[in-house]
Amino acid sequence: MNAAFPFADWLVLAAFALAVGLTLAGALIAVLTTRIIRGVAGLMVCCLGLAGLYYFLNSPFLALMEILIYVGAVCVTIIFAVMMAEPDEQPAHATHKAHIAWGIVATMIALLIGGALAYVALSGPWPARPETLVSDGSVAAIGVSLLTTYSLAFEAISLVLLVAILGALVLACGGRTAPGLATPTPPPAQR
Amino acid sequence: MNLLELEPIRVLLYLVGICAFVGGNAAYLVLAERKGAGRIQRRPGPNEAGWAGILQPIADGIKLLAKQVMVPPGTDSLLFRAAPLMVMAPPLMCLATIPFSDTLVARNLNIGLLFVFSFGSINVMALMLGGWASRNKYAIISAARVVSQSVAYEIPMLLVVITMLMVAGTMNLQEIIVQQAGGFWHWNLFKVWVNPLMPVTFVIFFICMLAETNRAPFDMAEAESELVAGAFTEYGGMGFGVFFMAEYANIVVGCCLATILFLGGWQSPIGVLSGGFWGLGWFLLKLYALIFTVIWIRWTFPRTQFYSLLNLSWKILIPISLVTLLLTGVVMKLPLLFR
Repeated sequence: MNAAFPFADWLVLAAFALAVGLTLAGALIAVLTTRIIRGVAGLMVCCLGLAGLYYFLNSPFLALMEILIYVGAVCVTIIFAVMMAEPDEQPAHATHKAHIAWGIVATMIALLIGGALAYVALSGPWPARPETLVSDGSVAAIGVSLLTTYSLAFEAISLVLLVAILGALVLACGGRTAPGLATPTPPPAQR
Repeated sequence: MNLLELEPIRVLLYLVGICAFVGGNAAYLVLAERKGAGRIQRRPGPNEAGWAGILQPIADGIKLLAKQVMVPPGTDSLLFRAAPLMVMAPPLMCLATIPFSDTLVARNLNIGLLFVFSFGSINVMALMLGGWASRNKYAIISAARVVSQSVAYEIPMLLVVITMLMVAGTMNLQEIIVQQAGGFWHWNLFKVWVNPLMPVTFVIFFICMLAETNRAPFDMAEAESELVAGAFTEYGGMGFGVFFMAEYANIVVGCCLATILFLGGWQSPIGVLSGGFWGLGWFLLKLYALIFTVIWIRWTFPRTQFYSLLNLSWKILIPISLVTLLLTGVVMKLPLLFR
């Protein structure tokens, strides 16, 4: 940010508005669309906007990780699932009473979570004033805090990943020796 | 006050420069590719437009621009139009942090390496969406292939990059280059005292780069003999042209990374004459040598089968890259035991 440049503040504001707009627009697309592939694309746009917001919060590392993991890995994994499920869109269902009931329940849960988060954010004390930097957001600072202050959370997450890997292994082994297959499918050509 | 010192003006100038670099590269690498193919197949290649076909890219560009951009009925028109935009944006972003010489870099980020990889990972989404939105069975098969190929090859590539990070200790691309100063024996490629398998690491990186940029022998996304034109089957005119440009831009980014990580970036191979314009010259020399190798490989090896492609990654490249990662860690930390 160069203070000598006349419209620096406006440029920063425009970039911030772009990040907020991308986040909101992506989230709305992901929720409102009926085509699942557009929903994934909306999620991707939303994550890009979120990365921009992280960048504004002085954490470029987190911003890039958001892109690398959420756009590059999570969205691609969702697309794997989409490809295995259904190539074409299903026709739109007529509205049933059950759908309306579920919609109301989902709205209430969303309102509860949103309200609780807003309450915590507005009423809780903020240890640091917003304009002071907690850390410089560098890789070294993140590494130090992950292995000291937040080491329990770090280890818990690695445990979750281990469980996920084991589950994938169990599923894969079960798939190979599926009972009830009259003619086992020939293995793919090994070259 | 000097207008060039203003940050927004500088960024704007670099953006224009990068766009020109990518466009010119795409145009003339196509010519180099066709000439190289001709040479290897013992035919002259394009030689009608201008001297030895030097004006061929301009003729190609005019032809592509003059064509109507068609959106076939039945496609998902929004995603169909968005895919070419998305496929072009990531390589342009990546080039913003690539140091071409000791002073010529748009943004010298501290996490430059991560920057390149995070934006590089969007590329697969763009190809996938383009193929999926086309509503064409060949394009959809190609989209499925692109996703599984990219997932398979991203893992060994990132493992190799983690190895390099352990050796370098920084994600700043400029610092990684500075560490390799003073002759080619200081390049990471030849640092066998850090890791005896360093040349193998480079070969793994290069193979993964070929696969991630969908180049032969791994161009399963655009297997002309099986899938018409793969994910771009329904694209005509400049829609197809943008996909093509993005492929070459991705090759440039991949070869830039290989140059920076393993071949010393803008450092001189003989220890003298580095820095300034010499540095830019050395960088471009290494870059185009690698790009020529990519073209050479394409016209030398036939396309692999999809199963052997995946087997190569999961059964060979990932175990080897894990071994090199472990070996580097051991070699780096072993002296601490005997202090």
